Amino acid sequence: MDTATQIRTPSAAAEAGIYHYDALDHAFITRRVEAFREQVQRRLSGALSEDEFKPLRLMNGLYLQLHAYMLRIAIPYGTLSSKQMRALAHVARKYDRGYGHFTTRQNIQYNWIKLEDAPAILADLASVGMHAIQTSGNCIRNVTTDQFAGAAADEIVDPRVYAEILRQWSTLHPEFSFLPRKFKIAITGSGHDRAAIAVHDIGIRARSGPGGAVGFEIFVGGGLGRSPFLGRRLADWVPEADLLGWLEAVLRVYNQYGRRDNIYKARIKILVHEVGIDRLREQVEEEFARIRGPKYRLDPEIVETIRRHFAPPAFAALPAVSPALEQARAGDPAFARWTRSNLTPHRQPGYAAVTISLKPTGGIPGDATSEQMEAVAALADRYSFGEIRVSHEQNLVLAHVRQDDLPALWRELGRHGLDAANAGLVGDIISCPGLDYCALANARSIPLAQDISRRFADLDLQHRIGPLKIKMSGCINACGHHHVGDIGILGVDKHGVETYQITIGGTATEEAALGQVVGPAVGYDQVADVVEALVALYLERRGEGESFLQTVARIGVRPFKEKVYGAAA
Amino acid sequence: MALLLKDGQPVGDSWTHLDDAAGAVPEGPVIVSLDRWRRDRAALITRNTPVGVRLKSNQLAPEIAADLARFALVALEFPRFRDGRAFSTARELREHHGYTGEIRAFGHILPDQYQFLVRTGFTTVELPDGAGLASWRHALAEIDVAYQAGVAGDAPLSLLRRKLATGPK
Repeated sequence: MDTATQIRTPSAAAEAGIYHYDALDHAFITRRVEAFREQVQRRLSGALSEDEFKPLRLMNGLYLQLHAYMLRIAIPYGTLSSKQMRALAHVARKYDRGYGHFTTRQNIQYNWIKLEDAPAILADLASVGMHAIQTSGNCIRNVTTDQFAGAAADEIVDPRVYAEILRQWSTLHPEFSFLPRKFKIAITGSGHDRAAIAVHDIGIRARSGPGGAVGFEIFVGGGLGRSPFLGRRLADWVPEADLLGWLEAVLRVYNQYGRRDNIYKARIKILVHEVGIDRLREQVEEEFARIRGPKYRLDPEIVETIRRHFAPPAFAALPAVSPALEQARAGDPAFARWTRSNLTPHRQPGYAAVTISLKPTGGIPGDATSEQMEAVAALADRYSFGEIRVSHEQNLVLAHVRQDDLPALWRELGRHGLDAANAGLVGDIISCPGLDYCALANARSIPLAQDISRRFADLDLQHRIGPLKIKMSGCINACGHHHVGDIGILGVDKHGVETYQITIGGTATEEAALGQVVGPAVGYDQVADVVEALVALYLERRGEGESFLQTVARIGVRPFKEKVYGAAA
Repeated sequence: MALLLKDGQPVGDSWTHLDDAAGAVPEGPVIVSLDRWRRDRAALITRNTPVGVRLKSNQLAPEIAADLARFALVALEFPRFRDGRAFSTARELREHHGYTGEIRAFGHILPDQYQFLVRTGFTTVELPDGAGLASWRHALAEIDVAYQAGVAGDAPLSLLRRKLATGPK
C-alpha cells in the first residue's frame, strides 16, 4: 500500500489514550475495505444497480448528497492520534478540496468525494486504523463521549474504556445491524454532562459505587428530530459485568417492537413514548433475565486490558499554578482572553485541556483545512502526547497541555487561524451543513452561521456576554441540535421560502431541556437581527452571574418575544 | 425453485411451501403459515410427516414457543432486507427456546447479510431469484473475526473478539 508510506509520521510522542489496533483488528478492516472495493467495481461496471448498491455504500459511510458523494469517517468517541489526523489531512488534500468537516457526532465528513476514489480513501485510512463502518444505516452508530475524558478535573469514571468496549461490541453486530432506525449511544463519566446523553437513543452515565465498583445509570429514548424527547431513566445501576447483556436486552426489545411502518416514528424514543418507560423497563428486564449468563458477561480482565490503552500519559509533577502562564496572562490581554474561554481544568496539577475553536469569525463551523489538521497534529505531538479529540461542538481538543506551554501553543495556533477565543461563547455556533450540501435540508445554515458569527466578531463583546450556545439546523432532522441550544435556529421551507424558527432555553447538559419557540418564524435576512435582540435582552435583564438559561427560566419567554416582535406581539 | 444454501453450499430441498389457499396437503414435508398451522393443527399433526412453520417478520418467537417441538423447520421471512426482526427471532428461538431444528431465511435478503444470518442461528437460506451464488459464498467467507457473542460456532480470541467458524480457513 503506497499510501502507508505517504502518510509519514514523525516518531512522535507516544500517543496517549488511543486504542491501538493489533493485527487482528487491522486484518478485519482491511478485509472490509477489500469487500467494498469489489462492490464499487461491480457498481462502476454496471453489475450492480444504484438500488442494490445503496445499502452497501451506506454500510461504508458513503452518502449521495446534492452535488457529490459524501464520505463520513468514524472517529470513535472523538479520539484520534496525530498520525490519524495527518491521514485525515491527506485524504482532504488528495481526494477532496483541501478541507474536511467535523461533525456533532465527533466524526469527520468529506463533501466532495468521487465514487471511484472511495475504496482508495478507505484503504489509506485503514492503514492508520480508521474506517467508515456504521457511520450510516440503521445500526448502532459511533459511540460518543466527553471530549475531556481522561483529563477533566470533575471526572469520576473514564468513559473511553466503556466507549471502546461498546465500539467493539457494536461492530457488525449480527442481530442489530438492521434496526428500525439508526441508534446513537453516548456515555459520560462526569457529574457534568458534556456528552449530551439526554438526547441520545441510549445515554449512559458511568458511576462509581462501593469499593470502587463501576456501574451505569442508563437513559433511553432521547433524541431530537421532528419529535424531540429527553431520555428517560431506564436503570439506576447496571453493574459493569452486565453492561453488554443489558444493552443486548434493550436493543433486542427495540429491534422486535420498534415501529417499522413509518420512518419518522421508528426511533426508540417513539417506542418509549408509546409503550411507556415502565412497560419498556419490564420488557428489558425480562429479556435481560433470559440473556444473563457467562456468554454476555463483560469479563473484568477484558475491561482491564482495554483500560490499559487509556492509561494516563506520563505527566510531569508540576505545581498547580504556572508562573509562566500567569506572567503571559498579565502581559497579553488577547492571550488572557483566550485562556478564559478555551481552557478546561485538568485533573493533573500544572496541566490544562485546550479547546481549539474551529469557529473563527465568519468561518464555517467545524471545517478545517488539510494545513490546519497537520498543524494540530504537530502541536499534539509537541504539547499533548500525540493525541487529539473532536468535540460534539465541532471543535478540536488537546487534552493534556502543560500550562507552561500554553503561551507558545496559543501563538502557534494563531499562525494557522486556530486561536479564536470563543469556545462556549456566542461565536461557537453548532451548525449542520444545511442546503449547501445536504439532500435533506430545507434551508441554508452555514451562511447564516457565518453571518451571525460576523455580527458577534467583537471578542470582547462575546466574553462580556459569556457562555451562550447557538445551535442551528437546516431542517427538522435537527443535526445541528437546535432544540438544545440556548438559542436554537431551525430552517424550514415555507412555500419555497427559507424561514427560520427561533427557540430559546434549551440545553443538553445534565439539566437537559428543550427550547421554547419565541414567536413566528422569520426570514433569512432577519435571523441575525433576532439573535442580536435576544442577546441584548439577556444583557439588559440578567442578574449577577446569571446564565442565559437562568434568565429565561426566571423571566420567561415573553420579554424575549416582545423584544423581537415588539410589545404588541 | 429457489436455490437453498447451507454453509455456503447449495443443498437439496425436501420441503414444499404450502399456500394458505392450497386445499389438499401434498406428500412429504411441508412449510405452512402460522395461520394455517393454527387452523389445521390437528390434521397436520396426525399426518406424521415433518412439518415446518413460516413466520412473517412481525410474528415473533413467543407465538410458536408452545408448539416448537412439533416443528422440524421454522422459516423466517425478510419482506425487505432492512427489516431485521428475524435476526432477533432466530436468536430467541435458539437461545431462549432451545430450538435445534432448521431455521431458514427467505424473502429479500442480501449476500452481505449472510454472515449475520449464520451468527444469529439460521441454518439455511432460500436465495432470492437471480441471486449470484458466488457473491453469497464470498460474503460468508470474507470476514473471519467478530466482536461479540453469536449463536453459531466461534472460538474466543483475545478481548471481545471471536474467530468465526465460517471465515476463510
